[in-house]
Amino acid sequence: MGNRKYFNEAIETMPVEEIKKLQSEKLVKQVAHVYNNVPYYRDLMDKKGVKPEDIHGIEDLYKLPFIEKSDLRESYPNGMLAVPLADCVRIQSTSGTTGKRVIAYYTQHDIDLWEECCARALVAVGADREDVVQVSYGYGLFTGGPGLNGGSHKVGCLTLPMSSGNTERQLQFMMDMQATVLCCTPSYAAYLGESLKEQGYTPDQIPLKAGIFGAEPWTQEMRRNIEQTLGIKAYDIYGLTEISGPGVAFECSAQGGMHINEDHFLAEIINPETGEPLPEGAKGELVFTCLDKEAFPVLRYRTRDICVLNREPCSCGRTHVRMAKPMGRSDDMMIIRGVNVFPSQIEAVLLAEGFSENYQIKLGRVNNSDTFDVYVELKPEQFDDSVKNITAMEKSLANAMRNMIGIGPAVHLVPPKTIARSEGKAKRVVDERNLHD
Amino acid sequence: MAIKQLSVFVENKQGSLHDITDALAKANIDLRSMCVADTSNYGIVRIIANDPDKAKELLDKDGHAANVRLVNAFAVPDQPGGLAKVLSLLEGHGVNIDYMYALITSEEGKAYSVMRTGNTEETDKILIENGIELLDESKLH
Repeated sequence: MGNRKYFNEAIETMPVEEIKKLQSEKLVKQVAHVYNNVPYYRDLMDKKGVKPEDIHGIEDLYKLPFIEKSDLRESYPNGMLAVPLADCVRIQSTSGTTGKRVIAYYTQHDIDLWEECCARALVAVGADREDVVQVSYGYGLFTGGPGLNGGSHKVGCLTLPMSSGNTERQLQFMMDMQATVLCCTPSYAAYLGESLKEQGYTPDQIPLKAGIFGAEPWTQEMRRNIEQTLGIKAYDIYGLTEISGPGVAFECSAQGGMHINEDHFLAEIINPETGEPLPEGAKGELVFTCLDKEAFPVLRYRTRDICVLNREPCSCGRTHVRMAKPMGRSDDMMIIRGVNVFPSQIEAVLLAEGFSENYQIKLGRVNNSDTFDVYVELKPEQFDDSVKNITAMEKSLANAMRNMIGIGPAVHLVPPKTIARSEGKAKRVVDERNLHD
Repeated sequence: MAIKQLSVFVENKQGSLHDITDALAKANIDLRSMCVADTSNYGIVRIIANDPDKAKELLDKDGHAANVRLVNAFAVPDQPGGLAKVLSLLEGHGVNIDYMYALITSEEGKAYSVMRTGNTEETDKILIENGIELLDESKLH
């Protein structure tokens, strides 16, 4: 680990007033770029009666219309593209579990910007040229692997493009290549830690010094466990494909919230019910506006993450605002084993397969891995005295759900009227994972 | 002749069985035999009663998942090897037995059993052709 403190010191420690000035200048240009090149957003602005000339700086942000995930899906595959396709060099994509995927386009400028955000995150956890970064996020359409891979290159680290899975190979490369920084989901980090422990390694025999873990919720307790088993410092990272990918915000040595890369992304907190902006420090839904993206510049994107922003000075010297770990969702999305799942998807499968809509999803965590159970009430006429048929129905439902959402639950058929109801409606989700501290 | 069996899909929890039997008792339904199959989530209660159709109607009204189907019921001499003889006969005919349970009667010297097989009608025929005594539904009323 080197002595380097910042990847881009001038920007990362810029006085707050100057950051706000920079954001205002960039916002004016970004809004004009979007208005002139994205008919979909121009229509939204016209409907709201806002013109680019109404936006003089970040104080006018509230005038702009929101973009919802549904807008991005409706504009599939390239309705939000703001440059000619020929100027793009890459796409990334969401998992598309709620229907159509969101395709994010990148020019080389956009890739550089994103990778620099990841480079800042790596330097913030102590990485430098002589470090060996093991990237065990998935590579491909998912932004996790490519983002940290690019950031690691920018810092000049030796990069191990492991992708996810194949634990034995992960551990062999970690030991043989003496990896010092691990990037993956927190649950996979915990799993790798357990596997090393089983093989008899003590924390001081593991070469890792730091880890950057994101893409799913995790608790302080998980952080402590991972830090103990791997003998490292574990850091959080936040990002979303719609905005760029991992690195929208990252944790520093203070481990007290994630610095948002404010020179590229403007954060607001709004009341999720009314859409009204809330003062900094209030709890509400996190909304992001891209400030200098070319191909896919999304304005006022509603993340649905419930969060708090903190402008207090940070001991690391960075001046960029910090976001707390998301405390929940303003919609009913669940993140199960890193996959986004909505109860409505489960419901759609039940209706399509002729089952009752009285169901309950139960989430738990065993050995750092999510358990995913779906209980469904059997309709009286579906019962034919056979255990075999019940088991067969459970299996076929589980398969249909796996096809729909990408991960398969354990399905349990239960007798009619046995799922608890409140006010006549069954409680759809029981999440016993305690993911939020 | 195959006889009618009532089965009910119940939760695997305390009180489920009592709810069912209580409902049937109130409707004056006489239970002749009962068997419970359980898994970790649910149970199936199988009942031989004097009026299975009425019982089902009652349970349906209460929102239970109930089913009436034909099962084979037969008597064997109450002595060692009595049942084995019948099972060996069915095995010889390639009949697969899904489940089986005993039926209590006051008749001395005989043991009655109820079974569900892959093919109830064929099983019935095999039993008749081989002179196995079948339980007549009229005996249950």
